Amino acid sequence: MIDFTPTQEQQALIDLVRRFVREEIVPLEADLDPDASELRPEDAARLEAKVRALGLYGMDVPEEFGGAGLDVMTRTLLAFEMTQHRGGLYAPCYGVFGGAGLAQLYDASDDQKERYLYPMLRGEKHGYFGLSEPSGGSDPARAIRTRAVKDGDDWIINGSKLWISGADKADFGVVFTRTGEGRDGITAFIVDSDTPGFQVRRVVHTMRSTHYATELSFDDARVSDRNRLGEVGKGFALANGRLSAQRIPYAAQCIGVAEVAHRMAVEYSKLRETFGQPLAARQGIQWMLVENEIDLRSARLLVLQAAAKADAGEPFRTEAAVAKIVATEGAGRVVDRAMQIHGGLGVSKELPLERWYRELRIRRIGEGPTEVQKLIIARDLLGRVAG
Amino acid sequence: MNAAHGLAIRGAWHPATETALSTLPATLGVFEIADSSGQIQLIGYAGGRSLFGLRSTLATALADNSSIGLKFRVEQNMQYISRWKELLMLHFSQHGTLPPLNSAEDGVGLGRLGPAIQGDLP
Repeated sequence: MIDFTPTQEQQALIDLVRRFVREEIVPLEADLDPDASELRPEDAARLEAKVRALGLYGMDVPEEFGGAGLDVMTRTLLAFEMTQHRGGLYAPCYGVFGGAGLAQLYDASDDQKERYLYPMLRGEKHGYFGLSEPSGGSDPARAIRTRAVKDGDDWIINGSKLWISGADKADFGVVFTRTGEGRDGITAFIVDSDTPGFQVRRVVHTMRSTHYATELSFDDARVSDRNRLGEVGKGFALANGRLSAQRIPYAAQCIGVAEVAHRMAVEYSKLRETFGQPLAARQGIQWMLVENEIDLRSARLLVLQAAAKADAGEPFRTEAAVAKIVATEGAGRVVDRAMQIHGGLGVSKELPLERWYRELRIRRIGEGPTEVQKLIIARDLLGRVAG
Repeated sequence: MNAAHGLAIRGAWHPATETALSTLPATLGVFEIADSSGQIQLIGYAGGRSLFGLRSTLATALADNSSIGLKFRVEQNMQYISRWKELLMLHFSQHGTLPPLNSAEDGVGLGRLGPAIQGDLP
């Protein structure tokens, strides 16, 4: 039997982050718009300084690059906690713990690290991940149509990207282009945002009110070969390399907000009376809460199992895919039931439930939709015959 | 193509009168206030904490400024924050500045539409 009891060190970190969320983050949300995903600049700066003093800034950054270098299990346990506030799903602690930035740059050349990775880690430069296109994002080996053609010491890029987050604020992007056929025909480039021919064409609004996507276009954008990231034709591996590991904390974040929603539903069902009895006395409500409990416990265990396998250095692609499916689908159901129990209050902006409901719906699509995760699992089960 | 592709509010302009304000919906959304020549002075939104949505938010915004000769237009929108940012970015891409009555804080972390537009943002 696998024991998922946190170590003493992990428990201390969990307690610390839990207290940070309750004492530093939640009180600030009372004055923010219910859909806000940014703190006031002075609050963000103050809290970031606190996090740095705690030694937890950059927890997704490898130790060799100055980050906290947490293992997947610890990172997952903290993801459960960091999301337990209104803006937590897409803005855990409003970013004051820092982000990983573009993980593909960890594999960049020394020159590229100097020009892009280190400034990004210092917060001086921002980058975007330019993979998805109007033709699709789940199957980049086939869907990428943006072309890069060699021209002397440069490459000329033409095409468009869609669903790209943060490109409008970025100084550069890691852009995946087609330089050949199939899986071995994808090459990545670092494209500066002031490159002539590049533009952020428009904002794409989604169910999230504050995090929008953008559409980008590249019209004869000339990029030096010095900005090619990795080898020609090896962009697909670069794009996919860290995806499975990222899915584990991604799944844990969904469980974090769903746990708060469930706690709210349990509490409310004991307080709210209808027809002379608290809601909690009704079997219909009890069963909804029990189903929440089942969804949460099963998702939590599967996410922890995936994290344990990843840290053990064992293959964990199937485990990560299973965790992603169970956590995103289950968390959506939990929040949906919590809204139902809260009645009209549940769909109002007085409570965070409606925000989580909208945002969790996106999670079933982001980082590879449920159906693509099933494809991954089927391939591992059945091999080539699965397609 | 050099123009940014964000969409402006399509609704009609209304004079900043009590009558016009009283007919506004109390819903979430975005708005623009312009002077008589049509120059946009302020881009704002009615968010989830507004008392009566667009109606009360616009009334406050107009009360804060000298509303004589001003006009406004609104758009009901659940994605009011991202839409507000889009309108600010669109304005910035066309004029190189934010509207005069928007605070400097509104420009903090604001993205850019279009190709390498020059201008000063906080």
